[in-house]
Amino acid sequence: MTAKKEALLDATLIRNASLAALAKLDPRVLIRNPVMFVTGVVAGLSTLLLGADIAQGGMQGGTENTVLIALLTLWLWLTVLFANFAEAVAEGRGKARADSLRATQRETLAKRVRDTESRAYQEVSSRALAQGDLLLVEAGDIVPADGEVVVGIASVDESAITGESAPVIRESGGDRSAVTGGTRVVSDWIVVRVTQKPGESFLDRMIGLVEGAQRQKTPNEIALTILLVGMSLIFLIVVGSLEFFAHYSGALIPVVFLVALLVTLIPTTIGGLLSAIGIAGMDRLAKANVIAKSGRAVEAAGDVDVLLLDKTGTITFGNRMADGFIPVAGISERALAEMALLASLADETAEGRSIVELARRKYALNLAAGPDAKFVPFTAQTRMSGVDLPDGWRIGRRIRKGAADAVLADALGEEAKARTPRDLAAAVEHIARSGGTPLVVSVDRKPAGVIHLKDVIKPGIRERFAELRAMGIRTIMVTGDNPLTAAAIAAEAGVDDFLAEATPEKKLELIRQEQADGRLVAMCGDGSNDAPALAQADIGVAMNDGTPAAKEAGNLIDLDSDPTKLIEVVMVGKQMLISRGALTTFSIANDVAKYFAIIPALFVGIYPQLQALNVMGLGSPGSAILSAVIFNALIIVALIPLALRGVTYAPSGAAALLRRNLAVYGLGGLVVPFVGIKAIDLLINAVGLL
Amino acid sequence: MSNLIRPALVLTFVMTLLTGLAYPLAMTGLAQAVFPAQAAGSLIDREGTVIGSSLIAQGFSEPGYFHPRPSLAGEGYDAALSGASNLGVTSGALIEAVGARVAAAGIEGAVPVDLVTASGSGLDPHVSPAAARAQIPRVAQARGLPEQTVRALVQSRTEQRILGFIGEPRVNVLLLNLALDQTKP
Amino acid sequence: MSPTDLLQILLFLALILALAPFLGAYMAKVFEGRVAFLAPAERAIYAACGTDASEEQSWGRYLGAVLLFNLTGFALLFTLLLTQHWLPWNPAGMTALDWDLAFNTAVSFVTNTNWQAYGGESTLSYFSQMAGLTVQNFVSAATGIAVAVAITRGIARRQARTLGNFTVDLTRGVLYILLPLSILVALALVWQGVPQNLAAYVDASTVEGAQQILAQGPAASQIAIKQLGTNGGGFFSVNSAHPYENPTPISNLIQMVAILAIPAGLALTYGHMVGDKRQGWAIFAAMGVLFLAGLAVTYWAEMQGNPLLASLPVDQAAGNMEGKETRFGVVNSVLWAVSTTAASNGSVNAMHDSFTPLGGLVLLLNIQLGEIIYGGVGAGLYGMLLFVVLAVFIAGLMVGRTPEYLGKKIEAREVKLAVLGMLSMPVGILGFGALAAVLPVALASVQDAGPHGLSEILYAYSSATGNNGSAFAGYGADTPYQNVMLGLAMILGRYAFIAAMLAIAGSLAAKKIAPPSAGSFPTHGPLFVGLLVGTILIVGGLTFFPVLALGPVAEHLAMLAGTRF
Repeated sequence: MTAKKEALLDATLIRNASLAALAKLDPRVLIRNPVMFVTGVVAGLSTLLLGADIAQGGMQGGTENTVLIALLTLWLWLTVLFANFAEAVAEGRGKARADSLRATQRETLAKRVRDTESRAYQEVSSRALAQGDLLLVEAGDIVPADGEVVVGIASVDESAITGESAPVIRESGGDRSAVTGGTRVVSDWIVVRVTQKPGESFLDRMIGLVEGAQRQKTPNEIALTILLVGMSLIFLIVVGSLEFFAHYSGALIPVVFLVALLVTLIPTTIGGLLSAIGIAGMDRLAKANVIAKSGRAVEAAGDVDVLLLDKTGTITFGNRMADGFIPVAGISERALAEMALLASLADETAEGRSIVELARRKYALNLAAGPDAKFVPFTAQTRMSGVDLPDGWRIGRRIRKGAADAVLADALGEEAKARTPRDLAAAVEHIARSGGTPLVVSVDRKPAGVIHLKDVIKPGIRERFAELRAMGIRTIMVTGDNPLTAAAIAAEAGVDDFLAEATPEKKLELIRQEQADGRLVAMCGDGSNDAPALAQADIGVAMNDGTPAAKEAGNLIDLDSDPTKLIEVVMVGKQMLISRGALTTFSIANDVAKYFAIIPALFVGIYPQLQALNVMGLGSPGSAILSAVIFNALIIVALIPLALRGVTYAPSGAAALLRRNLAVYGLGGLVVPFVGIKAIDLLINAVGLL
Repeated sequence: MSNLIRPALVLTFVMTLLTGLAYPLAMTGLAQAVFPAQAAGSLIDREGTVIGSSLIAQGFSEPGYFHPRPSLAGEGYDAALSGASNLGVTSGALIEAVGARVAAAGIEGAVPVDLVTASGSGLDPHVSPAAARAQIPRVAQARGLPEQTVRALVQSRTEQRILGFIGEPRVNVLLLNLALDQTKP
Repeated sequence: MSPTDLLQILLFLALILALAPFLGAYMAKVFEGRVAFLAPAERAIYAACGTDASEEQSWGRYLGAVLLFNLTGFALLFTLLLTQHWLPWNPAGMTALDWDLAFNTAVSFVTNTNWQAYGGESTLSYFSQMAGLTVQNFVSAATGIAVAVAITRGIARRQARTLGNFTVDLTRGVLYILLPLSILVALALVWQGVPQNLAAYVDASTVEGAQQILAQGPAASQIAIKQLGTNGGGFFSVNSAHPYENPTPISNLIQMVAILAIPAGLALTYGHMVGDKRQGWAIFAAMGVLFLAGLAVTYWAEMQGNPLLASLPVDQAAGNMEGKETRFGVVNSVLWAVSTTAASNGSVNAMHDSFTPLGGLVLLLNIQLGEIIYGGVGAGLYGMLLFVVLAVFIAGLMVGRTPEYLGKKIEAREVKLAVLGMLSMPVGILGFGALAAVLPVALASVQDAGPHGLSEILYAYSSATGNNGSAFAGYGADTPYQNVMLGLAMILGRYAFIAAMLAIAGSLAAKKIAPPSAGSFPTHGPLFVGLLVGTILIVGGLTFFPVLALGPVAEHLAMLAGTRF
């Protein structure tokens, strides 16, 4: 399941897809794709005509004509088969992914317990589990079903579904309480309440979606299908009426030629590739380890106007880090660094470690406190930590670091405020204003300086936001920080807006506000209190390690529990929509060249001067029509990789995207078939096929 | 539905009164007050009889008159039955008709195209200056006038483009012929 | 191109460009209720109708109001035409029309088609012209404008259920736009020589002593609205080629401006009403591009003259003059023909049937594209909006969002309705046309042999379905079959489109508006104009290219090869 580079097509896939393409000729299946259904009907009709022609001994125009009809019939069928093949390949790739997922879903034995207290269990098959069952999972056991940890804490290896090898902690009561079926408990034990219905685990859903089995057409796909049906209808009228006009003009056109004209005009290219594009979109998401609960969600992702991103973990690293030392007058920076280092040696928090690391890196300090040093741990009462050094340290004996008011009160007593050195107060103020956290250090009850702890913005995130802005997506940072701090971080990270002192209610309110203004909002979340907002957002990405409530409320689930994945999801959505639009434009633009191939061929018998329209100089009327039909079929195959991979998409503004895609797929769609049809015609005439 | 019917009926009635009666009748009154000659059809009165309208072509076939463009209005120049040939450019009938007109025109050299093609209305009162000039020898001869005199008359009766670029230069055949009659009946 | 020809074209374009913004802004004010100099008359009309002017209608009720009003108008006109011999102002003693001609004429005027199966001065009484045709000239135009305005509101509004009130929109359109402009134009036309009287036909004795009956009538008042309302039904049989209907180059210029001013202005009214003038200009520009392209081709083709006359001693420097008037020449005939076919105005000042094949092809294609190049008053705008919906839907996806236009999502319902609306043109032109190309009863109407005959059939059904009204007049359209079938084509073309577009507007009105961002599909600027033009040419062109190949294209190539039919 890791995003390893995989070949677009391999031999097995092609073999299976070819067989599936044949099976999809079943009219009941084919009718799901109206354009291909019309093509199929038309191919059937031309088969009948061929039969009639052969039965009459090629009466209509000698063997040459029979060969032409046979070839046209063959290529009409191939057109349908190629479209079926495209869909089958997309499904096949999804199936391959689904199979590897399904492997994790083997039947296992579950240890069912009666209540949360009891440790006595009864062994049942994982398939026999019902929602609400309580299971005991011990070290070494496979988690038999999706559920929520109700008792205990354990480390779980989720590599089977996320590809991440480091085990993660799952415990009851918090926001890390969800476990997924198929993962393995590596230490300790937990009691899990089953949350899935049988056969409806997240994996089941994902398998269904990537296989295309549960695939329903998305709203835009339905609208596009209606347009394609409408265009097919128009061309049906065009071709149907043409025989009457030809009759008026003095001759009849062979039905098989009309049929060929119809198939080349109706939008077979996009009609044949539409479902493949959809399935491939789901597949790309799955490859990014995101489960979409519906195709609709993927499509909506492309439309997102506003991204709500949690500050912690998404925009900044989870923890604050030491960024500098600001001493008071009379103390050198190096001395302050030394004090900070000594005070933090035993501090195992990330912040403490970052202080040590900064001091060592910046001042090349390599100190050890020695065995006699007594470390004072942080407590909620003192809100300080520090060290009491044995005698002999030049810098002093009693070092404390902590929140400014706590340390100053400890050092200066009741009139702390008045006695605080002015430069220290200024430094504290400055750090707070810039969004950082000031940690004051005192030595022997004298303020020594401030450690600047700051939120460190993830590298590259600023550029991502710039990209998003170019795409017209507004980013809003959500944080529990005060507005001052939030504003500073927001400015540094380059987000467009922020929600400070955020509560779940404020978050929900913000989403509703944006939606009322007509915007589509995406967010990610993991906690139970995120669930209402996840449900309210148009795109809610739930973290897989989040609570079941959150996972239920979101419409996408990120197996990697990586909040930045939201951006990926938007990209995949956009790419899918662009692919659809590009191939539709290409398909329609193609018709121009096909007209110039077929129209002169059809009418040259009536008005020889119409040969002037044969701008491509195609060999003969027969070869012209056949070339157009062959091109029409082959272009489907040629575009399968594009449909599966998606149109190349570089984030940029709509105007730039439109300009580029119109040039490539609009103008390309006009020009390519002229070249292609001419080449096929040259080949046909060179081989002497007709 | 029922409360859509009344507005439909009333509106139709009101609009008929307003735009079908009040408006055209008021315009008729106004037009006759402000532009009486035009409103009445730009008729030409000679000694108490209307001899035509300065805007409407009438048939001339005598060699002493300038001829207007061929007409397919009714039996020709029927001012109560305007009409055209409506033949396409590839029509054999059109080519033959033009051929016949060229032969009948009796003009040396290339015949100006307007003189051998039917106008849209069949009542085109004008010919091009070239078409008028092409007829000068015939008219002068029939009237026994010097070509110079007739040419000067055509010259003076040629309407130029308005402001030098709007419309086409043209000669009103009826007015030219009337002027001709005045010069030498 | 001679400098004078170029100058005439530029003058015309300059006048339209100067007038459109002014009219566009004015019309927006009218329909936003900010013009009220005739408020007492308005109030009286609403009171008589029992209409509360502030009560708005949903798209369905609006459509119902349109249909009922037009049905009433049809019934009245149909009755008038069947009984004109009993009615006043009939100095020429016209008899009642046959039922099929009455049906065709009534449908034709109610649908703003103004196809002339009748022959003006030879079939209709003054009363029929005034109380019948003139009235429908006003109200069918006002209907088109009202519908376009309602659709514009649908696009502009946010989460709304209503599109306006038809009675109010129609009344305002007539009172504040059509009537005042008609009075101005009618007076100008009389000044140039267009008759305006109720006198009997004048019996003249010509210079050579022949009898000439000069048809008269209240022509100027009807012609003014016939042009302003993009109607086009002539007072006289040959329409604006008639020297009484269009006596001078000045009257010609006035009428051409009258034809395009309101449609061009409405494109900009649209921009005003959706609150973004650039949107209006984008549509205006797309229309302009297509207009100029058509004009260039037609002008070039007509100036070539008729190569089949090359063997005769004919000086064709003036171009192809068959069916054209001397005072207009090729340039004014072409400018007129391209304007009218673009604008759904059925009037002609030269005979389209006698245009060169390529010239005729442009006229035919202008109509077949749906007359969206400025188009009929109102109809052109909403026809263009259908193409906008289509272009946005097809290409909108390419910016990576589900398609939206002015912040409104284009979804399955809108696409379905757009497709239904779009189908009316191929059904009416190709479906009905195919029948007319094979049924013996219809074939008798064809005048010309060879591919030109097919062009005549196509032109008739294109003109009817597109509600244009001009004709390849050699086609004998006054037969029971043609009167009925062309009448049905007009109904299909008018109401299938109106119903579809109003339904789309109703559905769009109910939607939220997503605020524009760098990621939204840009629907202004040259790129979109190009896209829109491309969509129109490819979608419209693809539908009609095969049959055009058998008609005008084949004729053109035959003409070059020296073939005559």
